[in-house]
Amino acid sequence: MNNKVKALIAIVVVAIAGVVVVQQQSGGDVTLTLATVNNGQMKDMESLKSEFEADNPGIKVNFQVMEEGDLRSAVTSDVANKAGQYDIVTIGAYEVPQWGANGWLTDLTSDLADDAYDVGDILPPVKDALSVDGMQYAVPFYGESSILMYNKEILDAKGVKLSNNPTWNEVAAAAKKVNSANTAGICLRGKPGWGDLFAPLTTVVQTFGGTWYDMNWDAKVNAPEFVQAVTFYKDLLASAGQKDPVSYSFNECLTALKTGKVAMWYDASVAASMLEADDSPVKGKMGYAHAPVAKTKEAGWLWSWNLAVPANTQNKEAAVKFIKWATSKEYHNLVGTKLGWSLVPPGARTSTYSIPEYKEAAAAYAPITLEVMSAVNPKQPGVNPQPWVGIQYVAIPEFQDVGNQVAQLVADAIAGRITVKEALDKGQVIAQAAGDAQK
Amino acid sequence: MASGTKIEQQAKSATKEKFLPRKLIAPALIFSIALTQVPFLVTIYFSLREWNLLKPQEKAFAGIDNYIYVFKTGDLLPAIIATVGLTAFSVVCSLLVGLFFAVLLDRKFRGQSIARTLIITPFLIMPAASALIWKFSMFDTNIGIINFVVQKLGFSAIGWSTQYPYISVIILLTWQYAPFMMLILLSGLQSQSREVLEAASVDRAGVLRTFAFITLPHLRQYIEIAILLGTIMLLQAFDPIAIMTKGTGGTKTLAYLLYERAFVGMNVGQAAAYGVVTVILTIIVATISLRSLFKVFISGVSK
Repeated sequence: MNNKVKALIAIVVVAIAGVVVVQQQSGGDVTLTLATVNNGQMKDMESLKSEFEADNPGIKVNFQVMEEGDLRSAVTSDVANKAGQYDIVTIGAYEVPQWGANGWLTDLTSDLADDAYDVGDILPPVKDALSVDGMQYAVPFYGESSILMYNKEILDAKGVKLSNNPTWNEVAAAAKKVNSANTAGICLRGKPGWGDLFAPLTTVVQTFGGTWYDMNWDAKVNAPEFVQAVTFYKDLLASAGQKDPVSYSFNECLTALKTGKVAMWYDASVAASMLEADDSPVKGKMGYAHAPVAKTKEAGWLWSWNLAVPANTQNKEAAVKFIKWATSKEYHNLVGTKLGWSLVPPGARTSTYSIPEYKEAAAAYAPITLEVMSAVNPKQPGVNPQPWVGIQYVAIPEFQDVGNQVAQLVADAIAGRITVKEALDKGQVIAQAAGDAQK
Repeated sequence: MASGTKIEQQAKSATKEKFLPRKLIAPALIFSIALTQVPFLVTIYFSLREWNLLKPQEKAFAGIDNYIYVFKTGDLLPAIIATVGLTAFSVVCSLLVGLFFAVLLDRKFRGQSIARTLIITPFLIMPAASALIWKFSMFDTNIGIINFVVQKLGFSAIGWSTQYPYISVIILLTWQYAPFMMLILLSGLQSQSREVLEAASVDRAGVLRTFAFITLPHLRQYIEIAILLGTIMLLQAFDPIAIMTKGTGGTKTLAYLLYERAFVGMNVGQAAAYGVVTVILTIIVATISLRSLFKVFISGVSK
């Protein structure tokens, strides 16, 4: 018996020590490594990659799918250190201009010039966000704004009606009215992170009249409007939100809404295509409205997930070929015919919105997506002018760090461990240090 | 004169003998120095530079600015407190749970080996995977088993990661490391002399008294080893924090803080400075605790 225990300990030790990395060898063919985010549209791209591989013999595409935060740290450190692990990277509208200016990305302007690709078809506000001095460093895979989505069945049962341009007070009242033990009134991102919690929260701050920085790069994080907005967000979560906000971001809220665990959701417009997909239990039961507002006319964000080729890749030609394929009109057609028209990546190409099948399949949300994306103003999303272009983020390298730290403080405030004012007073110091670096 | 040269010769061969073993271990020594000390020197060099990965144009010599930042921002002390607290609670809890299971498994019963294998499983699961399992299958407010039970009992669902991040991490780490503690304690229990136990029962000592006065003293050294090894492993805990709590609610340990500075802040200089400070702290703690570690092992052998 004693020997058995010893043997067991030995096995445990071997199991711990026995981490064997098997490196796969590729013979002759080009294998592209693509880092991407674990959102539905990207998984669709992965499931369709065999079509590309069949048309382009000799090129294999290897997907590495990660959570948003992990993707950011993995890709940023890889590209900044010129490690060359990835041939294609998925990066946000926040990163593209900064990385382009740093010389980390391949300039795609001439590669995209052919008529078949039709670069002029890309939605102008999205395309503008991806170029620096007229050079295009990335192509949008999909673009999005933020909208309010709600389950009409649950709202109708309580006699709640929402207008097409609701205010936050209307939404809060509706959320409280439909909130019950089994169904939360509203799902809002609470996972600490500038791209998680602070994406919707920054739009709330802006429509409440607050901002991260004024025109002199002085931080305004503990200004009354900012505090008021965060307090509103916290109170709404406490009175009618999902139970465990720190665990919730885009995908968790999507699941909760699909399974009827929440009645409303304020998040990326791209979610609508997933809610209306054929396998969605809430298909056809959803209503959509503009992002809720307080003092501004619009409060939606502007974001795109883009494909780019790092400057130091060994397989530039094949990589460019793949990203042109994945963002082409033919790809949209392929998604429509193979997977369903509602799953066509939205917010990237104008022509998408004139495909008859897409117009029919996405009738519930295609018009509002296009409407909101054309209405938002990334140059001045809030009440006051700001010294950067971008809505739910500040386009400076320090922002992901600042946003992340302040988000952790706000998460502590949401849990009630500190007050909102205490959290934002600390956040102000962190934000000011980053602001000073811009002066 | 003759004897003088003899002594000289003897001394020479003695020094030769002395140097031979050193020469023999030199390759291994050089290898380990290259492997451990060179990266550390590079880290020290990085810590003296202003280097944010996102600002490749602004690399410069920073002097001790990064160290000033480390001590001025006040993130270090809370991180040390979080690390020590989480480690201490998790070690104690997993030791108690491990002891409980070890005592149960020490008895003979049908399916004993199956039970033992099943109980060890949590320790063999990758930490990231177990954090994900706990986040979704156990703690989740909609589909988690714990909240299912809580709601069946008539209470409202608990937002574990939001309301109780500290306890959530301890629960997960306890679940993960109790099997390890159990293994060590079980080997201790099985090395107990049966005669002594028999003598105790002949003397009509009850189960509790036998446990308290015979088994526990016998287990003492196993417990000490379990605590030391467990502490070393748990100090590095990272996955539950990165996956479940994101450093909120006092769970921002040194490991997570370093990760954040390096991979969220993308600030190589600051991260390196934190690394150097952590290494210095670790050396201080290790010098003290290694001494007691060796004491445990030596007295264990002499016994």
